[in-house]
Amino acid sequence: MSSTTNWRWWELLLWCGAFAMPWLWAERALVINEIAILALFAVSLDLILGYTGIVSLGHAAFFGVGAYSAALFAKFVHPDPLLGLLVGAACATVLGAVCSATILRGSDLTRLMVTLGVALILLELANKFDGLTGGTDGLQGVVIAPLFGRFAFDLYGQVPATYSLGVLLLLFVLARRLVQSPFGATLVAIRDNRLRAMAIGIPVAQRLVVVYTVAAGVAGCAGALLAQTSGFASLDLFEFHRSADVMLVLVIGGTGWLYGGVLGALVFQVLQKAISSVTPQYWTFWIGLFLVVLVLVGRERLVRPWTWRFGGQRV
Amino acid sequence: MNDAVLSAHALVKRFGGITATSNVTLHLARGARHALIGPNGAGKTTLINLLTGVLQPTEGSIRLQGQDISRLAPHLRVRRGLVRTFQINQLFDSLSPQQTLTLVLSQHLGLGARWWQALGADAEVQRRCDALLQQFHLQEVRAMPTRVLAYGKRRLLEIAIALACEPRVLLLDEPVAGVPAGEREELLQTVAALPADVSILLIEHDMDLVFSFATRMTVLVNGAVLTEGDPQSIADDPRVKAVYLGEEVAHG
Amino acid sequence: MLTLLFDGIAYGMLLFILAVGLAVTLGLMNFINLAHGAFAMAGGYITVLLMQRQGWPFLACLPVAFILTALVGAVLERSLYRPMYRKPHLDQVLFSIGLTFMAIASVDYVLGSSQQILQLPEWLKGRTEWGEGAWTLGMGHYRLFIVAVCAVLTIALQLILTRTRFGSRLRAAVDDQRVAAGLGINVNVVFMATFAMGSGLAGLGGALGAEVLGLDPGFPLKYMVYFLIVVAVGGTSSITGPLLAALLLGVADVAGKYYIPKLGAFIVYSLMIAILVWKPQGLFVQRGGKA
Repeated sequence: MSSTTNWRWWELLLWCGAFAMPWLWAERALVINEIAILALFAVSLDLILGYTGIVSLGHAAFFGVGAYSAALFAKFVHPDPLLGLLVGAACATVLGAVCSATILRGSDLTRLMVTLGVALILLELANKFDGLTGGTDGLQGVVIAPLFGRFAFDLYGQVPATYSLGVLLLLFVLARRLVQSPFGATLVAIRDNRLRAMAIGIPVAQRLVVVYTVAAGVAGCAGALLAQTSGFASLDLFEFHRSADVMLVLVIGGTGWLYGGVLGALVFQVLQKAISSVTPQYWTFWIGLFLVVLVLVGRERLVRPWTWRFGGQRV
Repeated sequence: MNDAVLSAHALVKRFGGITATSNVTLHLARGARHALIGPNGAGKTTLINLLTGVLQPTEGSIRLQGQDISRLAPHLRVRRGLVRTFQINQLFDSLSPQQTLTLVLSQHLGLGARWWQALGADAEVQRRCDALLQQFHLQEVRAMPTRVLAYGKRRLLEIAIALACEPRVLLLDEPVAGVPAGEREELLQTVAALPADVSILLIEHDMDLVFSFATRMTVLVNGAVLTEGDPQSIADDPRVKAVYLGEEVAHG
Repeated sequence: MLTLLFDGIAYGMLLFILAVGLAVTLGLMNFINLAHGAFAMAGGYITVLLMQRQGWPFLACLPVAFILTALVGAVLERSLYRPMYRKPHLDQVLFSIGLTFMAIASVDYVLGSSQQILQLPEWLKGRTEWGEGAWTLGMGHYRLFIVAVCAVLTIALQLILTRTRFGSRLRAAVDDQRVAAGLGINVNVVFMATFAMGSGLAGLGGALGAEVLGLDPGFPLKYMVYFLIVVAVGGTSSITGPLLAALLLGVADVAGKYYIPKLGAFIVYSLMIAILVWKPQGLFVQRGGKA
């Protein structure tokens, strides 16, 4: 059992490669930054969707809150990036704790609706308080101080990319510990059979609240990173397509194994850049077709070819 | 009865116009080997659901070791030693038997909230898990996901999960249903071999098994208690025979 | 204020006709079909195209919108949807979002992304007013028409459900699919017919609503939330539940947008969340509503 907690060679290779990329391939540094942020967002969704089975169509709510609070903090209080990151995470975590009360009961449809509703409410609120958020124009002019007082967020994007990758790695390691722990196993139990989970003494409601809050906080970190590295926050962060996109990213990479978020983000961004350059509308069509085919063929079978031989799923 | 470890008083459960459980009073003594029998649809599983907190009673109360648990959440009843198995297997399909039992044991030993330690790292958990896998003949399949296991193995796992929780009161809902005849004896022997102070309430249709196992029986018909007593007087009771005669004709 | 109430009721009835197919699909096949809005959009575009390109009169387009979308629904049900019934809800969500994306992108590509203008026939334009001052009841003729058509459809639906053999087969299949099949009810035919009818109604609703709700490729996503609210709050065990929920939603939305312009939808969403947290199975569901 404990062999699964050791890091495998390809994981070390992946992370070393990821950190080297912005420096070896400078003109792609901005893209790498985007991928890192999207990956973190997807990993946060994996915690609640992949591991706990909570279908959420409004995870962008926490992403947006993290972004706006970090941006506002940098603009009006203090431009230090790490403080801003903590503020963004804290605000999203609080919102997550509050909203976790809404996902405890009800069917999948109910959960879909309340998660969607929360994101839409935040969109409306952000629109209403446009004095603070900039409304449809967005919040502009967010200037971030140099990281650790030395590494400025330059135009080339290498420092931001490394910053995002660093945060991603840190949170990924923590998430990895979490899902491989007894706590993580109880999440899987809740996903697979909530009735039985209760019948073996797992305090289901409490676990749901904790994991939802944690996932919200991590999503908030991703949002904060986006606001800080792009210097900008806009209303579309709360929109439905953000929540749908991150779900798609996770599904592409595979739910329930954390790396699904990372690899999905990589594939998604690469594909999007490639296909969108042909025609913007085509992207929506092909994504739609991909989803339909993916589900008809079977999610696990398509995206994890190595499981075809050994069968089963890793926890 | 004062030494009853689990008791239900005048339990009633209504669903809209239907009364599934009608004024049921049941006492389970310490170390009991108590069987609950009755025709299909008599409300036996509903009663178990009421006792474990899956359903809330419309009226009546439930006491565990003298304390009123009528409003206590299901998972807290488990923590106090009230454990059940399910008539239809309720398992964690994506986990293997080893992972399942490790999880159950971790939760039972209070490690369920630990997020920084790997699952199965605790030595005591590992030891108990190995013991259970051995006891229930699940070693060959210990690492395979539950969804690919044969029915018999799944049933064994179902019981193993309950025993991993070290129950003080064990509610078994048709434990040998669907298990091949040769393995039934073994399964019930494992149950019978539980410590003498564990109280067991058994729902079962196989009368031979019931009579060889139980020292006390309650007969439930249409949600109400028909009669209660030791096996011999139940077997001789003409009302019980009348209730079951229809059953036996139907089964052929 | 009475005018607002009337507008809200008209809007609500329209939402009901649009969403009833979704409610029945969810209750019957336990399938979350987020692509339902695409059928409505199809109905709207069929109507607009027939009127603009072929010069058909408005009334003649409505039955065509119904029939064509019903046919498309039947074909899709048979081919694509049927294997999806047993899949987990997440897969159904992904699948139907995928279909929606495809529909939106296709319409955008072929017909462009601008809003379609529907020219109402003369006899439907105009407005009647009763009463005076604060109690004026202003009824646009087109909205009257919508209320009338939707009321007729609702009564027809209720009659079909309660008085016909198909209706009783449908109710049996919703209640317990296996038992219904065991009784000799051809569940597959019931599914296909129901899905077709639900899609047809959505198409009809889209045609009726094109003028009131606006018609552009973003229609399915814009209004999907509303359909889902109707179903989630109204429950899936009857059609009166969604009807009441739709009316409530219609009035709340119209009133909200009038009295608190910038936050109008906020009221609706908050209400929805509050209702669903309080009663997760829906507001109008009796005991044992299916999850």
